[in-house]
Amino acid sequence: MPIQTDDKGSVQDMSTTSFKVDGQSVKIDGDPQMPLLYALRDELGMNNPKFGCGLAQCGACTVHVNGVATRSCVLPISAVANQSITTLTGLGSPEHPHPLQAAFVEEQVTQCGYCVNAWLMTAAALLQKNPHASESQIKDGLKDLKCRCGSHLAILRAVKKAQTAMLAKGVMA
Amino acid sequence: MKETTLNTTAEVLHQNALGDPSTQVSASGLSRRQWMMSSGALVVSASASGFLGLSALSASVDARAQASGVKPAMNPDELDSWVAIAPDGGVTAFFGKVDLGQGLVVALAQMVAEELDVAYERVNIVLGSTDKTVNQGGASSALGIQAGSKPLVQAAAEARRLLVEMAALQLGTTTADLVVNNGVVSSKSQTGKTVSYQDLIGGKYFNSKVEWNKKLGNPLEIKGKATLKKPVDYKIVGQPIPRTDLAWRIYGTGEFVSDIRVPGVLHARMVRTPMAGATIASVDESSIQSVPGAKVVRQQNFLAVVAEKEWDAVKAARLLKVKWTPPQYPMPANEENLYEHLRLAAVVKREEEVKVGDVSVAFKAAKRIISAEYHWPFQSHASMGPACAIADVKPEGVTLWTSSQKPHFARDGVANLLGIDPKMVTGHWVIGPGSYGRNDAGDAVMDAAMLSKLTGRPVRVQGMRHDGTLWDPKAPASIHTARAALDENGVVIGYEFVSKGFSRVSIESNEADPNDSLVGMEMGLPARNGVGFGVPGDAYKFPAKLQAWEVVPDLIKQASPLRTSHMRDPVGLQIQFASEQFMDEVAFETGLDPIAFRMRYAPSARDQDLFAQLRDKSNWQTRRAYAGPQKGRILKGQGVAYAHRGGTILAAVAHIEVDRQTGRIWARKFTVAHDCGLIINPKGIQYTIEGALVQALSRTLYEEVHFDEHQVKSVDWLTYPILTIHDTPESVDLVLINRPELPPTGAGEATNRLIPASVANAFFDATGVRMRQAPLTPKRVLAALKDSSAKTKIS
Repeated sequence: MPIQTDDKGSVQDMSTTSFKVDGQSVKIDGDPQMPLLYALRDELGMNNPKFGCGLAQCGACTVHVNGVATRSCVLPISAVANQSITTLTGLGSPEHPHPLQAAFVEEQVTQCGYCVNAWLMTAAALLQKNPHASESQIKDGLKDLKCRCGSHLAILRAVKKAQTAMLAKGVMA
Repeated sequence: MKETTLNTTAEVLHQNALGDPSTQVSASGLSRRQWMMSSGALVVSASASGFLGLSALSASVDARAQASGVKPAMNPDELDSWVAIAPDGGVTAFFGKVDLGQGLVVALAQMVAEELDVAYERVNIVLGSTDKTVNQGGASSALGIQAGSKPLVQAAAEARRLLVEMAALQLGTTTADLVVNNGVVSSKSQTGKTVSYQDLIGGKYFNSKVEWNKKLGNPLEIKGKATLKKPVDYKIVGQPIPRTDLAWRIYGTGEFVSDIRVPGVLHARMVRTPMAGATIASVDESSIQSVPGAKVVRQQNFLAVVAEKEWDAVKAARLLKVKWTPPQYPMPANEENLYEHLRLAAVVKREEEVKVGDVSVAFKAAKRIISAEYHWPFQSHASMGPACAIADVKPEGVTLWTSSQKPHFARDGVANLLGIDPKMVTGHWVIGPGSYGRNDAGDAVMDAAMLSKLTGRPVRVQGMRHDGTLWDPKAPASIHTARAALDENGVVIGYEFVSKGFSRVSIESNEADPNDSLVGMEMGLPARNGVGFGVPGDAYKFPAKLQAWEVVPDLIKQASPLRTSHMRDPVGLQIQFASEQFMDEVAFETGLDPIAFRMRYAPSARDQDLFAQLRDKSNWQTRRAYAGPQKGRILKGQGVAYAHRGGTILAAVAHIEVDRQTGRIWARKFTVAHDCGLIINPKGIQYTIEGALVQALSRTLYEEVHFDEHQVKSVDWLTYPILTIHDTPESVDLVLINRPELPPTGAGEATNRLIPASVANAFFDATGVRMRQAPLTPKRVLAALKDSSAKTKIS
């Protein structure tokens, strides 16, 4: 990693970090300590994930790193070099929805919607890992996420509905 | 001759519709429809004083007015300011409020579709932006349906009336002979004679006036000549039509305000004082020189960093070294002595909003007096994300992208801040990360405008977490004293309820006055420190009743992190936490079941119906006193609360469980009975009530702004915890009482005020202990269970 020193002696870490986002290879030039969130939003112009706290306390910035739900607001891009990132738009689309997205639409989940990235990305990883998660396991897996509008009832209904649909389809057999 | 005249007229119209002479088409390109419309209007006009008669005359005048491609000025008295029909027949209604995510757009589209007789799917609602909508006051006091829908409904009905008259002219029949189905007007007597809305006016303007009451904001109303449909004839209103505005959020395909990208934008982060009331002594600009392109922007105590890249702005804000001059005096209270401070604080203003009979006489005559005092802390909006706004200040005009829930007032505030005409400012409303009143979005847009002016570049400012929790305007802390006078039979003969707290409008609920913004105050504008509070919403008929409030001075005047303003159901939770717990206390002291007590003193038919249905649905167990100690670790209780709010009446029963070892309360089940008149969309109301309930439950159980004399200490989700998914009730049962004969009233924030007292009353039922201070945190619960001195004072 090249290190440049400017004329005032400040250290400028400049480097290129490569990784994959939703299947596409990307390269980011700049501070390797920059959190992935800023790379995705500011450098790559993506609208998801969201900035919620910058402190890994709310989950709005969640992405999958090699399938693992991860808070991108505190994860330096140097840590994802050559890794594979999935964002909400990579999870599914209106044409090919992830079962959780389909269930969230059916159950009319969220009010303002700013937190929905958190719940979808975290629940997707959770159900992938533990398809038969009990209700209390689901709650435990989602307990560190925030929703300020209070959509928790609808969120739980939708996650359970998606789980049922996924098991029925054998998506996670 | 006639042919030439017609062609010229139509050509001019067409040219105007396109708005650009270079794209005009020749007269020979006119469609049959355009020719017929022009022709019909001319012919009828010419013979108007003849055989058509008076009613046909007015019809012809209206119809002639419609043949125009020029959009009139966006004034409230123009029908075209409210509704438009596109060339494909799609209907757009322009709503001068916003939908913060409760599905208001669905309900509004239902109401417009109903009056216009078009399919619901064809209606699109444009929200809030100042260049597309008139000022209906923004999101305010759950008035979206109650007040905000009225002009849209009037406009839809008026548009239908005009379209049917146009159709009568075109089809050569009378309006009485016409029916409308899905935007197609058909003759009843002559099969096959039909014309669609789009063929009548698609892409053109009505150019028709409506009566306007000359008011802007919430009270704005208009009236056309049309007669509105009767609720009994509604086909679309009342249906549980699902949300169509959620999918973009779930698939991540749309934009929140923070997703708006403006070319050439500078990223900014505000740098605000670590000590409330401190001023800037000096700024060490060299402290950020390691960050590429980062610059300091400062005017007096307004301080920010800007950079080309967002991460660089974040880094610079962290690195910037600032010397602050502490204020002359620290704040006169901290969270430990807050309620003592409130008790002793001078009263800026007292208002006795409800006065029935003479309470002093009643208390003199009383055989028994029951009294109690309740405490509610400062609370933060703590929206899901800190606010973001973008402003582009140019000499030729200012463009804003804001999630302020009152975009027209944000426009005015920016204009006032910059000293320019509001007409020079366009405010685009884009949904933000949650909004429940005046949160940090109002400051963000004002900050962005000032930063853009100072840098000469478009500026995007987004808060860090502490900007949304430490620096947002707060819901006021308050104490509430309640007294009841009883006669020798235990009948309530007098009731007095006095709130004493910080103002609900220390800064106004909208941004129009820059003195109410942080940037204004930081640049030396004196804070207004507005004064206001509120009283309980209920319909208890006590022979003597006094409901009053007293407001005390802000802890600091200028740029206070504890400046107070509206937060969802402003002061409703505070007040009703106290007033509805007190009703339970009086009920038990007089040996009455809490629901029976309320039914006894709230005699209106709607209240009685509400309570009866709630009692049945919730499986309420009659209690005339605390039932006595329970065995085991988990203590169970039921509690009721009731309220009126803006015409909506409602009550809830909470069934809770208290873990006596951990102090944790699980509000396991709620039953809510809700009567807001006519129901537009029962599914929408269900989700709205659920969200309101859960958010209010969070405020009841967890939320409290921590602070000392120097600063607010709640800066993130660890220091300002809210409820988690584990706290979600197992079930919420609803009794939705539909009253088609009554106009719809607000559902957006009425439920909130039921939750604190319903939980606290259930806590008493479970434990025999009163919780007169919110929030009911595990720590406070454990302390209260230990200390059994928390008893009603009886004299």
